[in-house]
Amino acid sequence: MKAYLTKRYRFSASHRLHCPEMSAEENRAVYGKCNNPHGHGHNYFVEVTVAGQVDQQTGMVCNLADLDAFVNERIVERYDLGNLNTLPEFSGRSPTTENLCVEIFETLQREFRHAEVEKVRMEETMLNSFEYAGGRQPRH
Amino acid sequence: MVYLTRKAEFSASHYYNNPAFTPEENQRIFGKCNNPHGHGHNYTLEVTVKGEIDPRSGFVVDLKQLKEIMDREVIGVVDHRHLNEEIAEFKVQIPTTENLAITIWKWLGPKLDVARLHRIRVYETPDLFADYYGEE
Repeated sequence: MKAYLTKRYRFSASHRLHCPEMSAEENRAVYGKCNNPHGHGHNYFVEVTVAGQVDQQTGMVCNLADLDAFVNERIVERYDLGNLNTLPEFSGRSPTTENLCVEIFETLQREFRHAEVEKVRMEETMLNSFEYAGGRQPRH
Repeated sequence: MVYLTRKAEFSASHYYNNPAFTPEENQRIFGKCNNPHGHGHNYTLEVTVKGEIDPRSGFVVDLKQLKEIMDREVIGVVDHRHLNEEIAEFKVQIPTTENLAITIWKWLGPKLDVARLHRIRVYETPDLFADYYGEE
């Protein structure tokens, strides 16, 4: 029987939304306050949803210890208390939460071996959130 | 098609142990959850049903009726219970959040008539939940 398991993680990071291909005026017009050259920060929430058949012997889709270990090492440790603009994955593009959500989904899909990765959902603030399911329609 | 979700809460205890595993395997796979004395959670259940809006009542489902069914079939059965010791399904399978979502689907599915069950979501903690959509 296929079930979906979601675990919520958090990290805090700073960023500045800025596109080098746009002029200073365009950047200010598009990104507004988020273009402040000194940057600003958020407390992000990341929800990772994995999917799979429930293992008859363990009752689990995926051992949470494996998921926690992976997300803590590859995602939380990488981004927590850092500046997203300084990271190579954002060297050529703006570290919007859309891009961050896709980056985290792709890291999980590429490297996590214990279950199928269904979706990553991120909250930048209490009032906005982003979802990416690898180009598929996210399941609700 | 409209989707409607009703929440309910219950508290229960459980532990994870598979008698087919050695004590060492159980400890390695289930960690702290293998403590034979059990531990507990405040669970939140979300039941999502789907259906067309009845043109006369404006309802997908009568929420009062849905609450009564949830109370009778789920909350009254598991609230303040030890899942391993007191629930027949969990004498033969491990009461993980995944299995709990599947079991609640099996309990509720046949009891709904007007609206169809879309999803069962069970939160074990605010940071962890399992979803089941029936057999896909």
